[in-house]
Amino acid sequence: MTYGFQRTATGRIVLRVDQVERGLLASVARQVIDLVKPPEPDPEQDPLAAQLGWIDGDVGISDDPAVARLLPDAYDDPDDARDFRRFTEHDLRQSKVQHATTVLEEIERSGEKISVASPDSWLQTLNDARIAIGTRIQISEDNHEELSNLSEEDPRAGLFHVYDWLTFLQESLVRCLDPTLYGFTVDDAPVVDDD
Amino acid sequence: MVPARSCETCAVVVASVPVEAAPQEQVEEVVETQRPWITIVWNDPINLMSYVTYVFMTYFRYSREKAEKLMSDVHHEGRAVVSSGTREEMERDVGAMHSYGLWATMQRDD
Repeated sequence: MTYGFQRTATGRIVLRVDQVERGLLASVARQVIDLVKPPEPDPEQDPLAAQLGWIDGDVGISDDPAVARLLPDAYDDPDDARDFRRFTEHDLRQSKVQHATTVLEEIERSGEKISVASPDSWLQTLNDARIAIGTRIQISEDNHEELSNLSEEDPRAGLFHVYDWLTFLQESLVRCLDPTLYGFTVDDAPVVDDD
Repeated sequence: MVPARSCETCAVVVASVPVEAAPQEQVEEVVETQRPWITIVWNDPINLMSYVTYVFMTYFRYSREKAEKLMSDVHHEGRAVVSSGTREEMERDVGAMHSYGLWATMQRDD
């Protein structure tokens, strides 16, 4: 049985994974990076604006529904939304890339037991990955059962299994970070040995 | 504020000078700029209730009771006002919500 993220006796957070899961997590982190990383800077752009991360020219919500959900409009008014995006989207993209990169680094320097030094990075990257996948498979409040019963030929089937697993992982991480969430304290939760 | 002139000989000059806002309009203007902005978090089918509660407790430092109430409002009503303040403060809060992957917008408090 797998518990997902767990606290050790000394309070560290660890995640036990097999080789397949480890590869899958790394792949997920890489895909988040590829999805949200800022586009190549325009060589014609004003250098100061580029340095500050301001976007020149056309800026608007992405045509890709997954990216649009990860970088949504902040205002209903399109002009306000565009202005806000012009000055903030670059930094938001960079922040998500940084978290996913941290996750990749922690995976790559761990073996079967991943030691979590940056739980916030894991939390946000898992969430970003779930948003991307969930948007792609058009998950809703009430189609989980239908998605879990798809035939293996349906491309959404595999994606849903990953989504489901990431959901379990994220839930277990929130529980590590907020142990009284489900009414039990950290003393009750199964702990893993330090080594 | 210049008092209204009733001098006939100056009527033409006075008429061509821009009239300052009447006191009532000036008060409304001040109230308008002080009207707070609000940040709204919207429901979506992906975000976990436990995660949303955790974000409200961690970022806004709300008590568990308040965080759970707001999360419940998002879930059942479709949206919740999670903070209010100046426009700059709300832009900061919306940005933070987006970095946590929540769907949030901001608007004037009506």
